[in-house]
Amino acid sequence: MQDINLSHILFVSTALFFIGMFGLFTRRNMITMLMSVELILNSVNINFIAFNKYLYPDKLDGVFFAIFIITIAAAEAAVAIAIIINLYRSHHSIDVEDASEMKY
Amino acid sequence: MNSYAYITLIPLLPLITFVLLGLFGGKYLKASSGVLGTLSILITTLLSWYTAWQYFFISGKTGGAYQQIIALKYTWLQFSPNISIDMGILLDPISVMMIAVVSFVSLMVHLFSLGYMKGEERFATYYAFLSLFTFSMLGLVLAANIFQIYIFWELVGVSSFLLIGFYFEKPSAVAASKKAFIITRFADLGFLIGILILAFYSGTLDFGVLINRLTSLQSPEYVSISSASFMGASMLTWGLVLVFIGGAGKSAMFPLHVWLPDAMEGPTPVSALIHAATMVVAGVFLVARLFPVFSFNSSALQVVTFTGVFSALLAAIIACTQTDIKRVLAFSTMSQIGFMMFALGVSGYGGEKGLGYMASMFHLFTHAFFKSLLFLCAGAVIHVIHSNDMKDMGGLRKIMPLTHMSFLIACLAISGIPPFSGFFSKEEILLAAYRSSKMVYAVAVMTSALTAFYMFRLYYSIFWSKEARTDALPHGEGTGSMKITLVILAVCSLFGGFVPISSWVTSDGFPLKTQIDFGFSIWPVLLAVTGIALATYLYKTENKKPQQIASSLGGFYKLAYQKFYIDEIYLFITRKIIFNLIGRPAAWIDKHIIDGFMNLLATITEKISWIIRGIQSGKVQNYALYFFGGIIGLAALFIYLTHNAS
Amino acid sequence: MNTSAIIFYVISAIILGAGILAVTTRRIFRAAVFLLFSLVGVAGLYFWMEVEFIAAVQVIIYAGGIVVLIIFSIFLTQKSGDKMPKPLKTRTVFSAFSVLFGFGFTYNLIRHHEFIPDSTQSFEVRVSDIGTQMLSTTKSGYVLPFEVVSILLLSAMIGCIVIAMKSKPAGLSVEKGIRQPEAKIKENA
Repeated sequence: MQDINLSHILFVSTALFFIGMFGLFTRRNMITMLMSVELILNSVNINFIAFNKYLYPDKLDGVFFAIFIITIAAAEAAVAIAIIINLYRSHHSIDVEDASEMKY
Repeated sequence: MNSYAYITLIPLLPLITFVLLGLFGGKYLKASSGVLGTLSILITTLLSWYTAWQYFFISGKTGGAYQQIIALKYTWLQFSPNISIDMGILLDPISVMMIAVVSFVSLMVHLFSLGYMKGEERFATYYAFLSLFTFSMLGLVLAANIFQIYIFWELVGVSSFLLIGFYFEKPSAVAASKKAFIITRFADLGFLIGILILAFYSGTLDFGVLINRLTSLQSPEYVSISSASFMGASMLTWGLVLVFIGGAGKSAMFPLHVWLPDAMEGPTPVSALIHAATMVVAGVFLVARLFPVFSFNSSALQVVTFTGVFSALLAAIIACTQTDIKRVLAFSTMSQIGFMMFALGVSGYGGEKGLGYMASMFHLFTHAFFKSLLFLCAGAVIHVIHSNDMKDMGGLRKIMPLTHMSFLIACLAISGIPPFSGFFSKEEILLAAYRSSKMVYAVAVMTSALTAFYMFRLYYSIFWSKEARTDALPHGEGTGSMKITLVILAVCSLFGGFVPISSWVTSDGFPLKTQIDFGFSIWPVLLAVTGIALATYLYKTENKKPQQIASSLGGFYKLAYQKFYIDEIYLFITRKIIFNLIGRPAAWIDKHIIDGFMNLLATITEKISWIIRGIQSGKVQNYALYFFGGIIGLAALFIYLTHNAS
Repeated sequence: MNTSAIIFYVISAIILGAGILAVTTRRIFRAAVFLLFSLVGVAGLYFWMEVEFIAAVQVIIYAGGIVVLIIFSIFLTQKSGDKMPKPLKTRTVFSAFSVLFGFGFTYNLIRHHEFIPDSTQSFEVRVSDIGTQMLSTTKSGYVLPFEVVSILLLSAMIGCIVIAMKSKPAGLSVEKGIRQPEAKIKENA
């Protein structure tokens, strides 16, 4: 445990964050975009727990934040799925390029 | 000490009437608007006469001379610690006399219009405008501050515009009101520049203070204004001459007189009020108000004199040839105002030297009565005949006896026959002219003779000449309100000369003793009688002699008939010179360069926005990319900035 | 190089590898499975960091709830066997550049920062501590966020139902005068 520094864990979480960002920018399917968002949320969770463990071991605040983030991520994923289903009904496709009504 | 605060009611009542009738008259008060307007002016007249009685008989005099009393003063706009526009009421002999005259004549016109304008669609609007005019004129004569008089000057111009163009469906009326407004506005430019010059050098806009500073030879203001000079004349001359130009525009002096004949397009009671008795004497009033300063500058006085004399003579010549009765009366007004002007011009200041001033004001007083009477009689005649032209009239003495008598009285008054009022005032003017310059006296006497001639030409053409058309009287001579007005004014023209104006209205406030010098006054009277006789010979019965004289005079007659082509000269200057050389290039610059520049800016904006519209692509991921790029950029900026700073 | 370090590197490799595969693969079902692997890897990381409770929560909710939800929605909306269309080349390149730049920038910041621990106590997460602190009303108690999150869950549930409903409920037509919803419901029933 001594060999692994806080910055190693932060490397992992940062890398995961930017992987998720890449997926958000590149993927054409709305469901895969949702998956990328989940990756981002997970990286944030790792950050919270790591900071709590290494910098503030006498408190539990990071753990609680992680719990709440998981909860809210679940709710948000459910709502996002509902929206995607609704959009599928009107556009008959879940390609995000097809939902461009806000064009000039 | 009496409080004169009730005097604010004098201009205020007509203003309230204007607002009331203007806002509600058309819909709610239509039938009673005339009575309402007349009642309000009646109260104003009574208040003015009460003020006059108070001032002249009871409390105006201090140390034997009538003082300037400031009844009210309220600082409105402060330009600098010294110069401010104060709204106030100034009472001195001329302003008290003017409010009495203006409100009385306005009352007569209101009464007359009850009958004359009956059945008019915009009856309430007419009375509203009349009230507006009365308010403006009363405000003008009571003004205590030179800027205040300018404000009311413009208001009077506006009221005149509204009233001349009252029958706005007639294009000639619209053109006439436009012409009047433009010419007087142009003259007011001179007035404004004059005000600025006088205010700059004397450091104040208040009449009393201004006159004090510019009339004492040692005061620093007087020294600076008379030593500064521009193109050979001192600034005092320029200031006074420019102010006089403003007055000349309003009073229809040559060459700014061209609007007055055309202004006869308005209803006749309007001509009686505005273009005979009140507005056109505003210029004379202005010179009289600033007279102490004028008397210190002989060049300005000379300008006043020559303008007055020339206008008087010119108008008299033109009036001998005109056939429209209202235009004859218009030129007669111009001529009489010329008399008033040159009387001021030849006057000195103080005591016996101030005879011209007193004579001018006396003539203003009597002229108001007989000129408005002449116009109202003309109105009565036009009401019956439905035409303005002399050729359609004749022999009306049999069917309109009251109008005939009144008109005759007024003509005798204007010709200066004793004991009518005009004789007394004209005699004083001629005496003042005689004492000052023999040449002016000669021209004045000649003009008086011409006045008698053309007035009686007018009289005979209307009431004698031919036999009357018997079908011409469907509705009687006029209503009761019209008749009673004529009677009252005729009485005033008859006895107005006996009012002792000379003991009230003089240049320095001290009463002036005057007496009739028979040896002197017999000559103008004889000349006037000769003029009347000539007119009788030529015009009493219809004959060919006037035609023969006209054709024998040939070109000169034509020149006079066409009013010396002055209108045509003005039109030429404006159309060919001002429009083409100044107007058209200015319009081109405005349209192509200024507008073009604005259009260019708009086009550039449109093109740029067209190019960058691609950012709004509707694609969420593009937006996410831009968002992220922005965040990184900002983060880099802030972090490296603070990094470098720390 | 002790055992825990090796385990850590393995778990990190699983997380990042599965993540990269999840965002680049062209078959959607495989993406969902790779996401599952990545999330389970994160749970493993939590176990390694000795926060067992969070690891358990992660497996239950993320792996057992959200991924299943995603798979269901894939079934509902398209044929999962086909290959998805490739994104635009420019977009891929540009995104890769920006992401790499962002990553470098952030990691640079992290590396140069001195993280100073607050105290040297050992990190013990007991479930009873989590429970008492969650429901306590003291200064560091989390009962208010707890209640708020429960309301959020409730509204999310209702929201999902409303959004994903098939037809408009009767009486909620936007344009006045159009009263067909009852007919529609009768049709669909």
